[in-house]
Amino acid sequence: MKKLSFLLTMAVCLFLLSFSSDKKGYQIGDTIADFNLKNTKGELVSLNSYKDARGFIIVFTCNHCPFSVAYEDRIIALQDKYKAKGFPVVAINSNDKDVVPEDSFEEMIKRAAEKKFNFDYLYDSSQEIAQKFGAARTPHVFIVEKQKSDLKLKYIGAIDDNTDQPEAVTKKYVENAVNDILAGKEVATPTTKAIGCTIKWRK
Amino acid sequence: MIKLDQLLTLLNNQSDSLLVINFWATWCKPCAEEMQEFLRVEQEFENEKIKFIYLSLDFKRDFETKLKPFAEKRKMQSDVLLLDEPDYDAWINMVEPTWQGSIPATLILTPKAENRNFHEGQLSYIELKKLITTYLP
Repeated sequence: MKKLSFLLTMAVCLFLLSFSSDKKGYQIGDTIADFNLKNTKGELVSLNSYKDARGFIIVFTCNHCPFSVAYEDRIIALQDKYKAKGFPVVAINSNDKDVVPEDSFEEMIKRAAEKKFNFDYLYDSSQEIAQKFGAARTPHVFIVEKQKSDLKLKYIGAIDDNTDQPEAVTKKYVENAVNDILAGKEVATPTTKAIGCTIKWRK
Repeated sequence: MIKLDQLLTLLNNQSDSLLVINFWATWCKPCAEEMQEFLRVEQEFENEKIKFIYLSLDFKRDFETKLKPFAEKRKMQSDVLLLDEPDYDAWINMVEPTWQGSIPATLILTPKAENRNFHEGQLSYIELKKLITTYLP
């Protein structure tokens, strides 16, 4: 009996361990794996297909979350500013469409057209990419830099320090991080946190 | 409406009650679902030494127009507070280092904050009841 309960405890521990490490996702400095996801034009996009990119501003976002909506114009502005510098924005929606119908692929196409998104807005229908990154909320930003053929993770976190009032922003976390990379420096603030909507996982 | 220093005082829980702090917002759908369950549990434990605080992360400008009507409609008896601290990165780790920032999230603190439990994500009626029973003195 004792042996059995010990084994059971071990099994539970192992289960919990595997769960927590899955949840964690990529850490700063990790090499991230490329992916193939469909954009709102129906084309399959991989990071490797961006020939001139020196890196990427990857934003997990969605249609319905008010915090994502609050940042749409700022995400468009990031693309305007940094695509030419070699750091295009790649937005990914990983929400399950059965949990939030507003985040279906069809709704993504509509939203991208309405807001005239100037970046690829990709659909992570299997949620595999969000899991790999350890994306937890929307918006949630991951900045990667190309080093030879590897993509190294340099920043995880928020876009800036004021969701509600863009004019009151004092710390532009994402811009600062990309500027540091462009200047050949270490990213001074590699991680930040913010309030956001949960990524809606499949039930 | 409260600021960071008041939140930090709360986190010390100088009361002799179990403190349940629910981080939520009116715009957050799973939070509203969860709220129904919380209010049910709160009623069941009304004779126990337990205090519920619903700490809203709504924007300050939505206080009168969204938060107040929400609380009134649900006849919320406990403290409904709005945390007016838009620089989230400045305080999320002070609440809980493992918190990624998504809501709902719930922090349970025993008196004098000797013991704590943090849960990110929606809690069901049964899960919340279980947690409270575990920590209730």
